[in-house]
Amino acid sequence: MQALLKHRELILVGAIAVLVGLIALRFPGFIAPRNIVRVFDDTSILMMLALGQMVVILTRCIDLSIAANLALCGMIVAMINAAFPDIPIPALIVVGVACGAALGAVNGLLVWKLDIPSIVVTLGTMTIFRGSIFLLSSGEWVNAHQMSAAFKAFPRTEFLWIPVFSWIAIAVIALFFVLMTRTPLGRSFYAVGVNPTASVYTGIDVGRTRFFAFVVSGIVAGLAGYLWVSRYAVAYVDIAGGFELEVVAACVIGGISIAGGIGTVAGAVLGALFLGVVKNALPVIDVSPFAQMAISGAVIVIAVIFNARAERKTGRIILRKAEASA
Amino acid sequence: MSDTTLSPRSIPDRLESPLASALKSWEMLLALVAVAIFIFNSLATPYFLNPWSLSDATFNFTERGIIALAMAMVIISGEIDLSVAGILALASTAMGAAAQFGVDVPVLIAIGLAVGVLCGAFNGLLVSGLGLPSIVVTIGTMSLFRGISYIVLGDQAYRGYPSGFSFFGQGYVYWVISFEIVLFLVMAAIFYVLLHRTSFGRSVFAIGNNAMAAQFSGIRVRRVKFVLFCLTGLMAGLAAILLTSRLGSTRPSIAFAWELEVVTIVVLGGVSILGGAGSILGVVIAGFVMGLVTFGLGLLNVPGIVMSIFVGLMLITVIAIPIVARRIKSRR
Repeated sequence: MQALLKHRELILVGAIAVLVGLIALRFPGFIAPRNIVRVFDDTSILMMLALGQMVVILTRCIDLSIAANLALCGMIVAMINAAFPDIPIPALIVVGVACGAALGAVNGLLVWKLDIPSIVVTLGTMTIFRGSIFLLSSGEWVNAHQMSAAFKAFPRTEFLWIPVFSWIAIAVIALFFVLMTRTPLGRSFYAVGVNPTASVYTGIDVGRTRFFAFVVSGIVAGLAGYLWVSRYAVAYVDIAGGFELEVVAACVIGGISIAGGIGTVAGAVLGALFLGVVKNALPVIDVSPFAQMAISGAVIVIAVIFNARAERKTGRIILRKAEASA
Repeated sequence: MSDTTLSPRSIPDRLESPLASALKSWEMLLALVAVAIFIFNSLATPYFLNPWSLSDATFNFTERGIIALAMAMVIISGEIDLSVAGILALASTAMGAAAQFGVDVPVLIAIGLAVGVLCGAFNGLLVSGLGLPSIVVTIGTMSLFRGISYIVLGDQAYRGYPSGFSFFGQGYVYWVISFEIVLFLVMAAIFYVLLHRTSFGRSVFAIGNNAMAAQFSGIRVRRVKFVLFCLTGLMAGLAAILLTSRLGSTRPSIAFAWELEVVTIVVLGGVSILGGAGSILGVVIAGFVMGLVTFGLGLLNVPGIVMSIFVGLMLITVIAIPIVARRIKSRR
């Protein structure tokens, strides 16, 4: 199975390479180092959120509130910056992350302590978070001129030819890699997803593990919220609207099983990158931006079909036979 | 009290009467919530208790409610369809495109329903034919269907529907009773019979409780699921006719994010998101609750986005109350 998963990620790498190659044939500018950095930079937030979502999906849950969480944390950070421009950026990052973690903990507690299915909980908190942004900002925008220059400049500052924004994404990917492959918590995320009952017998608290999964996803959303408002230099109620589904899509393309327990950090990152390349390539090859939604929809459907064929081999064969004969 | 001290477990002499169990049911709780909101609304604003405002209030949920009826069956069977709003947008776009060629009203309706069924069949094929998880399939087809609308329309809109077409969304059957609410109630009755009074309905519950056991007891699980997705597509097509007729125009962003509101109505209606349990009556009452809440808050000048906080809180609390109550009971 390990070999099969490796295989999968190689296929994704190949798909991305072919895609980039085809575009480069017509438009060599697309593979100029500057542009590749730009595409990566553009996809950073999607990659980070996909990692957070991956952890939640691994435990057989789903976090539909991840984009609303991002928007609320982003608004809080932007309003603090607009009101007190002297607060240093690291403090703002801490605020964003703390807010995200707190909101994630709300989701996690509802799932853990009340046993409400995560899709219901996060459907509810998604609308509550969005509404809270409106209450907080009274529907006003925080515009670029209200933010301090340092706040806007930070993610765009370049370090070794790459913007700080991308460096943060790279650091997050590295942290996730360590978390998922080198810590007991990372292992327990997988264990809970593969077999919750067996996890209980091995001494893993399923509810608590799910709680931590939501906190992790919240932390990422909070960080992404800060990054979003500082990079795009604007905060309003609807930022990242509908982004939660794009994040789930990135996970699915990356081979993370919606049934839990299967998925890797590399898969999530590659899934996000694939969507990012498609999104950035469309204007280059002169496809109307209006076609983007249909294309990403088609990509998701194809990816699901592809995933299922990879997963089916590991499934129980008895059932298939019974169904075939029925 | 003395009885319980004698035996470790108290066994009731007889089962609760049907009336008593009906009073404790989810539907009763919801109905109470609806009445409470109704009373609150009529006290909070003088404009509420007026036949015409009450009639207007129903437009807030009839179209969503019609989709919710079919969605309830899909969720009871253990699946979910998040593409309903995408189907609605595509069906509306197809009708709009046909209307540009001066097509008659009956043909327009046929097109709306046909596009709905076709989209539903596509979902059904992927879910039951290929055995894919419906939540991701329909997240994909949601973007696919709405995306096709965006390709067709871009930032344009279709107008110029034939004059007779406006009846479906704006017409009144009698006095303040709109065509939409009548259609919703008729559909509710049909779905009630289908889910609670036919063997097809029983098999939906069976699949939701244990798909494998259902398979072994001779239920054609995949066929039932396929039919359910087609049915949901059909209802989304029907809702597209009503909404397009009511708005008189089609934009690709029509009914954006409705899928989540529809799921909210269904879950609020007591349908288990895990499948296997639920009733049409609950969904219908939940539709009224949603309509009353949003309309009442609208009369109080509460902006839509703040309303969504109430809807979200309501969703979580209504689900949490029975769980907390059960826990307190068992702790005693």
